[in-house]
Order: sequence, then C-alpha cells, then structure tokens
Amino acid sequence: MSREFLSGNEAFAYGIRLAAPQVISAYPITPQTIVVERLSEMVEDKSLKSEFIHVESEHSALSCAIGASATGVRTFTATSSQGLLYMAECLVYASGGRYPIVMMNANRSTALPWNIYGDQRDSLSLLDCGWIQAYAKDAQESLDLAILSYYIAEHPKVSTPFMVNLDGFHLTHTYEMVEVPESELVKNFLSDYNTDNKIDFENPKNIAFSAGPEHNFAFKYKEHIGILNAKEIISEAEQKFAPLFGREYSGLVEAYRCDDAEYILITLGSIFGLCSDVADELRNEGVKTGVLRLRYMRPFPNKEIADIARNAKAVAVLEKDISFGNEGSVYTNVNSALQKAGLSVPSLNFIGGLGGRDISEEDIREIFNKLSQGKTAVHFIGIEEGAII
Amino acid sequence: MNVNANTLNEDEFFYGHKACAGCGGSLAVRIALKVLGKRAVAVLPAGCMSAVGFNFPQLCFANNAIISTFAGTASMLTGIEAGLRAKGITDFVAVGFAGDGGTADIGIQALSGAIDRDDNILYICYDNEAYMNTGVQKSSLTPFGAKTTTTPAGGNVRGNLRPKKNMFEIVAAHGIKYAATASIGYLPDYMKKVQHASEIKGTKYIHVIAPCPTGWGIAPDESVEIAKEAVDCGLWILAEYENGIFSVNTKPKNLSALRTHIKKQGRFKHLTDEDIDHIESLRDSKWENGGQ
Repeated sequence: MSREFLSGNEAFAYGIRLAAPQVISAYPITPQTIVVERLSEMVEDKSLKSEFIHVESEHSALSCAIGASATGVRTFTATSSQGLLYMAECLVYASGGRYPIVMMNANRSTALPWNIYGDQRDSLSLLDCGWIQAYAKDAQESLDLAILSYYIAEHPKVSTPFMVNLDGFHLTHTYEMVEVPESELVKNFLSDYNTDNKIDFENPKNIAFSAGPEHNFAFKYKEHIGILNAKEIISEAEQKFAPLFGREYSGLVEAYRCDDAEYILITLGSIFGLCSDVADELRNEGVKTGVLRLRYMRPFPNKEIADIARNAKAVAVLEKDISFGNEGSVYTNVNSALQKAGLSVPSLNFIGGLGGRDISEEDIREIFNKLSQGKTAVHFIGIEEGAII
Repeated sequence: MNVNANTLNEDEFFYGHKACAGCGGSLAVRIALKVLGKRAVAVLPAGCMSAVGFNFPQLCFANNAIISTFAGTASMLTGIEAGLRAKGITDFVAVGFAGDGGTADIGIQALSGAIDRDDNILYICYDNEAYMNTGVQKSSLTPFGAKTTTTPAGGNVRGNLRPKKNMFEIVAAHGIKYAATASIGYLPDYMKKVQHASEIKGTKYIHVIAPCPTGWGIAPDESVEIAKEAVDCGLWILAEYENGIFSVNTKPKNLSALRTHIKKQGRFKHLTDEDIDHIESLRDSKWENGGQ
C-alpha cells in the first residue's frame, strides 16, 4: 500500500489500473478528462495492459465497450453530462444485454444553458436505464468503488453495468490523501471476468437479439432481478473487501448520527462531509440531527431509508437535481420508500447546486431550520419561494 | 486458394430467415459469410438483416453474430476486435453488414472513426438505396429520381432530387487500407473482394449494390439481373482502392441499356425522358472522372 495525494479523477484512474480492464474506450469531456489522460499514460508506460480505443464519440465509446464485453473481457469507459446523454441509447443496450461494463461519470450540469460545473441532473435523469448507480463521497471511496464495482457488476447473479458517479470538480478535481492498495491484494479480491454471455467459436451464438411481446417481458423482468440482486452482492463484496483493504463500507447507504436523530438530511455525493459537519454543530446546539447518504440510487435503498427515518420528526432531501414540472428525482424515490413502509414522516425537498453553485454551510443550516418547521414543499436553495425570475 | 462457385463453402451460415423473396441484401450476407467461414463474427445494426434474422428464439446465424445499435456497427466491430485480440485470439474476421442508411447516414461517424484508427475490421455496406426495413424511406444513398415513401413522386416533385452520396470515395479519402464496390449481379467478383479484404490487416470497406424487389418495384426473380444491369450500363462502377490507388475493374458493356434498366423499376416509372437524360449525364460525368 502507498499513500498518494490524488484528485478524485486520478484516484479513480488508479483504481481502474488495479482492476485492469482489458479494453478501455473513451472520449474526452470536462470534467472527466483527467481519468482518460491518466489511463492513457498508464497504458503508454505499460503499468496498465489494456487496449485503449480512442473513439470519435461517446456513443461509440459505449458501443465499443459493449462489443468488447460481448467477447468476455473486462471493459471500462468514462464520461460526463452531454456525453452521458449522447450515449443514452447505448446505456439501455448495455444493461439489456447484461454487459457488466464499468463507467465513471463525472456529474456535470446539462445544457442549455451550457455549463461545465457539477450537478447531478445528468445521471439522475437516467435512473431508469438499468445501470447500477453509485455516488462517491471522496477520492478514497472513488478508488475503492473502481475496484468494488467490477466485483458487483460481473457477479453472475448481477451481470449489470455499473456507473460510478463523482461530483464534477468538487470531487473530480479536489486533491486528498488516498491509500492506494497493492495490485496483489486486488488480484486476491477480484477474480478474472468469467461469463457465458459472450462470443464463443466452439459454440457460436446469436446475441443481442430481438424479442417480441411474447418473450420481451421475461428478459426485462430478469434484468430487474439482476439489479436487485446487486444489493446482496454489494454487501458480500464489502464484507470481503474490509479485512483485505482495511476500509469498511456500509452498503446502499451511509448513516451519520442518525440513530436518535429527529431531523435527518438525506443526500448523495461529496456534499455529505459538509452536511455531517453542520449536523455536528447543530448537535452541539442541542438539535438532534443526522445525515443519511445514499451511496446507491440503483438498486434503491428503500428498506434502509425507511428503517433509519422511522422515528424521525422530519426528513429533508438535498439534491443537485430537478425533474422539471415535478420535484427532485431523489425526493420522489425517498418518498416512495417512506410510503411503502407505511411511514408518514414529513419530507421536504431542497434543490441546490445546479450548474455548480456552491452549497454553503449556512444553506445546510437553513435546511435543518426549515425542516423543524415541518412544511412539505420543494425549495430551491438561494431562490425565494414563489419567485418569478 | 481463390474462392469461386466450385470452391465456395457448402455450409450455410445465414438461413431460415424471413427476408423477402429476391432480397439482394440477404444474398450479400449469405455469400460473404460462406467466403469468411465460421471464424467470422458478424455485426448487424438495426435494419433489414437483423430484423429478418434475429428474432428470439428463431436465430438464424450459424456463426457468432450480434446486433449493434443503428449508429454503432463500426464501433461495435472495433470493440469485438479489440476484445478478442486482448484475449490473444487472432484467427477471426470481425465483419459488419450494414445497409445504406446505417452506413452513409446514421453510422458514418463511427465508420469514419474506425477507418481513422485503422481498426482491423471488414465493413460491408449492402446498399438497397433506401430505408427498406421501415418501408422505403429516402437515405443519402437513394439515387436521383427514385420514388420513396418520403420522396413521393407527385405533380410538384418527381421523387428524390439529390444524387447518391459517393461512399466509396468518402471512405477512400480516409486513406483506408482497402475499399471496393461490388454487385450481387457479379458474385464471383464480390466473393473475390471479400476474400481479399479478409486477408488484409486494417480497415476494409466493401460497398455492394443489393436490389430490394419490394422497394425498387421489380419482380423477386429480377434482383440479380437488375444488379448486373446496373454495372453493365455504367450506373454502378466496380472498382477498388488499395495502397492509395484507384482501379476500375470492368468497363460498361452497354451504356445505351440505361434507359430500359431504369424503366424496368417501379421506383423510376414516373420519370420523364429529361429526368433520365439527367441520370445519364450524372453517369457520364462519373466515367469522365475516371470512374470515380
């Protein structure tokens, strides 16, 4: 093990080198570019043995990865924002074909207006694509997810592509001390990708076929079960990971001081650290606050949210997303979890950080403040309620 | 060994499919796979050949075959080639079969990217000159004057107003390792080109004209003859591009047959004599350019 000062992007690239995909196809886009640059350098200096394909678009990046995955090799791609949307057709293709491709997505706002900074509308608008979606909080978790993701995605009970999301700039470009594990350790943890879902010269196959109304439903149901199975395999992977690497992860969610919390802020990504700091301050002031981080949006932690929010007086959902004409997508999902569990905990939605706007400590204090007043509504941080602009 | 009618593989790799009677595209796929054999990995985008041959549980390729996204024939070929090579497998041919729309319209970006990288793939465009799978809509390879469902022939407009995009030259302009045109009317020439292409390392492109009786308004038993005539009357030029040099393979046998060739096809029935004169002039200017 070594300790290195790395950005989120670099940490992810280090993790990918350890996971050693045989084919990488990628197209550059801010703020993901550092990942593909580092991986290119690693291929050049032979510290990573991988076919690096310089594709001419994101659509081709994922299409190429699907082709490679169909030969039974480990594959990687990375993108962001418009690039993710451009490859959307291939997203459903990869999941429908059950190809366990790992992709890093640098969460970035989507045009129009053009904006290169971080929010989460790109990936959250694609929750229904059949991909596992994880959201990292820091560079260390980014590196670890690069390794864990292959274990989970390639597991035969899962066979589902895996999108690891890093907040654009806030995480992709922020440097931290990161523990980089030895490659021998990773080899012990992650076995080679082994599948029957591939081209086979001994027993030729017709794959990625059409299926009409009679059979289509069954394929889609199996796809759903595959991604649900990821819950169990995420837990299995983390249990195996902890003793080897000395770091523990807590499955679909990470709860901070939620046990006796009256007010819980539910969020995702790199804002978790700041939210936890504010929760600490408020605890010192006598307010029982906690923070629940959704590490995964798919599969969705329905049970975990309900279990943790059960005794809360109110929950807030803070997200860098808006489903125009309704509310934040995370909020919709959280409310569904509460409702299915028969809970009537009041919930508020806070939309923040769109187009990369900072969410301040004061903003988070204000969320908890509004939460204790118990109004159910969608709030846009920094915009007056009902404002007409 | 040079492949010909006597030496052609008796095994079938594409059978039991639901292509229309007389389908030129299915003949192009069938014959190419016979030449390439069981080590071919076929990529087919959305289009006629995937629609007729790839419906679970009736799957009709005897070799490994996969459907790609419509725009992704070339990029998926690239991925397959890279994946197999990463596994140390080298004795295979990654071959794509895309229609004219899948090649010259929606798939041209990925194709251009693959040629630019000189990926070791064989891309075969079976050109039936319109989006036939969706019911005969204009593509950029639909010729001047052709009636399609999106370029109807009425009192104001007489079918498609634009000439056919020249994919052969576009591909050659990339400096591709090997490019060729072919016709299902001249199968020995097509087979020879497929075989030659499969022996070259790098990107190869073959553009085979493949009439569609349904879309062209011809009888099912006429498609081979029509494809032959297209070459004989100089409308479709059999040519190759290799090592930076263009070569024309055949001279037209009967330039004056153009008029009857056009008139035989339902899609051109509405054309006036002046329209056919224009088609003739388009043809002649190509030949004046050395067949390019």
